Amino acid sequence: MIEIIKNRIKQGYRTSKFPDEDPGLPERFRGRPVIKPELCAAGCTACIDACPTTAIEKGKKGPLALDLGRCLFCTECTTACPDGAVTFTKDHRLAANSRENLLVTGTEVKLAQSLGDEMRRLFGRSLKLRQVSAGGCSACEAELTALSNVVFDLGRFGIQFVASPRHADGLVITGPVTRNMSEALRIAYEAVPPPRLVIAVGACGISGGPFIGSEDHLGGAASVVPVDLFIPGCPPHPVTILDGLLRFLGRLKEDRVRGHDRSVVPG
Amino acid sequence: MSPTSRFASIRNGEALDFSKIPVVPIEDFRSAILKLAAANHRLCALLCDGKDGRPPGSLLAVLADDIGGKLFLAASQPVTSYPSLTPDLAQAHLFEREIYEGSGIRPDGHPWLKPVRRALADKVAFFSEQGDEVHEVAVGPIHAGIIEPGHFRFQCHGEMVHHLEIQLGYQHRGAERLLREGPPHRSLAVAESICGDTAVAHAWAHCAMREALAGVSPTLRAEALRAIVLEVERLANHIGDLGAISNDIGFLPATAYFGRMRGDFLNMLMTISGNRYGKGMLRPGGVAFDLTAGMRTEILETINRSIRHLREVGGMFFGEPSVISRLEDTGTVSRKICDDLGLVGVCARATGADRDVRQDHPYGLYRFRHIPVVRLDSGDVFARAMVRFLEAQRSLEFLGDAVDHLPEGSATSPCAAPAANRLAVALVEGWRGEVCHIAKTGRDGSYDWYKVIDPSFHNWMALALALRGGEISDFPLCNKSFNLSYAGHDL
Repeated sequence: MIEIIKNRIKQGYRTSKFPDEDPGLPERFRGRPVIKPELCAAGCTACIDACPTTAIEKGKKGPLALDLGRCLFCTECTTACPDGAVTFTKDHRLAANSRENLLVTGTEVKLAQSLGDEMRRLFGRSLKLRQVSAGGCSACEAELTALSNVVFDLGRFGIQFVASPRHADGLVITGPVTRNMSEALRIAYEAVPPPRLVIAVGACGISGGPFIGSEDHLGGAASVVPVDLFIPGCPPHPVTILDGLLRFLGRLKEDRVRGHDRSVVPG
Repeated sequence: MSPTSRFASIRNGEALDFSKIPVVPIEDFRSAILKLAAANHRLCALLCDGKDGRPPGSLLAVLADDIGGKLFLAASQPVTSYPSLTPDLAQAHLFEREIYEGSGIRPDGHPWLKPVRRALADKVAFFSEQGDEVHEVAVGPIHAGIIEPGHFRFQCHGEMVHHLEIQLGYQHRGAERLLREGPPHRSLAVAESICGDTAVAHAWAHCAMREALAGVSPTLRAEALRAIVLEVERLANHIGDLGAISNDIGFLPATAYFGRMRGDFLNMLMTISGNRYGKGMLRPGGVAFDLTAGMRTEILETINRSIRHLREVGGMFFGEPSVISRLEDTGTVSRKICDDLGLVGVCARATGADRDVRQDHPYGLYRFRHIPVVRLDSGDVFARAMVRFLEAQRSLEFLGDAVDHLPEGSATSPCAAPAANRLAVALVEGWRGEVCHIAKTGRDGSYDWYKVIDPSFHNWMALALALRGGEISDFPLCNKSFNLSYAGHDL
């Protein structure tokens, strides 16, 4: 017993100050990408050709559009681009309410809007979630597990992962939704009492990610159930997931995170 | 005639002309494998060629000589069916089920020819036991925690488990097909997502195989950086597993401290590569990120701090008599089962097997810097936990040394396109055990086939056997002590 107490004293207090303070991510962390189309050379398609998941396309609005839902946050595009037109910032905020709002065409940001008043009244201070992995590689699952550790301590926000969909207010879905998991996912969704929320986490859960094009999956959570919140990444950093959840619940009153471009356009 | 005369031999990370692999009649193929297996060679891989899954097809076997550090390859003439190897060599059981499912080539006399990844769609029945007071418990595919899907079917008498059938396949995403037929510039991303907690080991096996097919070698500095991130990956997972085991026995202080320490190593991977799982770190020809002087100092500080913390928290955990009594004699796997099934990694070393790719088939930096192999022989949850604890300490020592003595030079070099009609095998000791990538190129250098074998593929059956005669309430603890990958198995 004395050893346990000695260890407890040595361990100290380890919970992150986020969201009240900057998450302090390292220099090489790859957060929200920005595109500067004015730097593109005429006719250059280097980034489009290099992207493993065809996340970058010639968009309708601007010369280039990067789909955060397909982006693996690898460095193929930034390495391929001779002009520095695509770069990753350290901005961890990525979550959006719709697929369209995941399209990056410049430096403008369309972050997730919070739930309506009635849903916020229901879930704002207590949100129970059931996680379903439907073909996830275990990286997104591991980051969701990490949210409950002493550093991120999800419980302090009233958010908790629960064992049964019947105890849950919503599902957190990872993986491209394999054919073999689609039925179980549908059953789990039906078991959650309405009103219910669905959150798709990771490139696979949003679009199929690195497995786009395989016939053994359905191409993400939205192919089976309606999705209310998309959190991109491969996998998304726990802070990115936490930011998405708190933003969604209207718990981030102001953008307190320092050191980033704060221009937020309502989505 | 020596038992190896029917085989071509290569070393880990080498390629050879496909025409150099002897093609023998199926009877000779079968008897040669059995002879070699009897001489303590281990079945690394058994697969069949062909893209569209229609027999006939030719079989290919890779056997490992873990003492001599060699890999032996042989191929059979095309067959539509053959006498199953499994009754004589249990190591082949899952490979043969996979071959039958994928190609329709029938291993006659296989005791349990159930599909591996298609059993759900085909609605194949579970093994079931009849009798008074015998009951069945079904769990999954969705489990109570944040965990990948799989189905577990127990045949029980009271609390005692008579039989456990593990039905996987829910995670099948078609990874091998994408590696073979998908866009070549996607391969690395697919390899990194075969099993997300083993991203570095799978990426390394993929890159080593690509480099072997192209006939290039990465620089010494790149090899050192790869070994550094592989050991950081091992540390994150071993320490995380110790936390998960302590959680399952309700010893929560250790859960919290190990869980926090795991984060230190994920963050170390993020400092180096920008991703907490090291995705994007490796690339054919080398690595994408080098260490700066500042990073080296920061990493060495974390290592020194972690050596102390791991000793303190590990001392608290393993020093608690109630912890030891819960872990000992739970979920025991004997050395015989280990050898029969060809177990790999932590599970094998916890039964006393001296088996570690870093020692037996050294690659990259491990050719020059050796890492002691940790073995225990009780085969229970305690042994699997203790092997992790001791290996984590060895990895910390190795890491400190490797970061301190980083070779000079470039961290990357160009990697040419794969040569035509070659076959390469790459083994990497991931934190769970042997990660194996094998591929063969066709006339234009593109892949004819690409085979991935995650360590979990060898080890899942051992979990089923570990439960026999135990209590069903021990299952979560046993499962954690193996911590096998569902996605790595299902591909």
